[in-house]
Amino acid sequence: MLVLMGFLAAIALAILRLRDGITAVMLSGIYSLLSAGVFVLMDAVDVAFTEAAVGAGISTVLLLATLHRTNRLTRPSRHRAAVPLIVVLMTGAALVYGTWDMPRYGDAGSPPNQHVGLRYLEESPKTTGIPNVVTAVLASYRGYDTLGEATVVLTAAVGVLALLGARRRKDDPHDR
Amino acid sequence: MNILAHAPYWIIIVLMMSGFYMLIAHGNLVLKVIGLNIFQTSVFFLYLLLGKVEGGTAPILDAGITTYSNPLPHVLILTAIVVGIATTALAAALIIRIHGAYGSIEEDEIHRQDASL
Repeated sequence: MLVLMGFLAAIALAILRLRDGITAVMLSGIYSLLSAGVFVLMDAVDVAFTEAAVGAGISTVLLLATLHRTNRLTRPSRHRAAVPLIVVLMTGAALVYGTWDMPRYGDAGSPPNQHVGLRYLEESPKTTGIPNVVTAVLASYRGYDTLGEATVVLTAAVGVLALLGARRRKDDPHDR
Repeated sequence: MNILAHAPYWIIIVLMMSGFYMLIAHGNLVLKVIGLNIFQTSVFFLYLLLGKVEGGTAPILDAGITTYSNPLPHVLILTAIVVGIATTALAAALIIRIHGAYGSIEEDEIHRQDASL
């Protein structure tokens, strides 16, 4: 897992240095696919196939379509890179300091792995009868979360239609 | 203090910070969105890392298996991925509109045009 995550870090740092939009989008697709592999190693199979379909598939297509309708090559930024670099390094150092208190990887007794997660594992076969606990929690215990998620997706779809659908109207002089 | 036990966290922080850097240092809006996606993925890793149980399998109940990983982070991150693609789609639509209005998706060019109004 550490090797794959090292690859991920290498890809992320490679994207960071890129100036060509299409190459960056394609590399981010590879990044998503590789992270789906790491998700499987972390036992999150449902998350892995969602990420492979949505992250590596749809989001790559969306960004490629955006590049197609705008311009592909980016100009080198005239900003000074020193200030963002200092901010990023300081934030990173603070976060690394924060990891000292984090539970060991795979620790069954860590606080996140107690309480409600264990209860879902014990009770969901009895109360829902679904063998896949993730599905049971998603659709049954936390059904309102999923409803809220559907609301967010609907809002985003309405937003995209409002932004792009108006372009086709010819009578409005403010629209191109 | 075992170094290897915390190495996954540090890789996650490297991912998170490279996404953060892209977000604040790059002028191109598409590259900013890619940076945002990388940042987002690193948060997914953090959650799933905490839910992993040593020797456990995916939380799909089956006879003969006693140790499962924590299903709760998986559920939360499934929701987060779908919300993430929704925000990416909205960002892409906004970028196309900005390109329509300014003829550029470079941040400094947009600021320059705004200043000259």
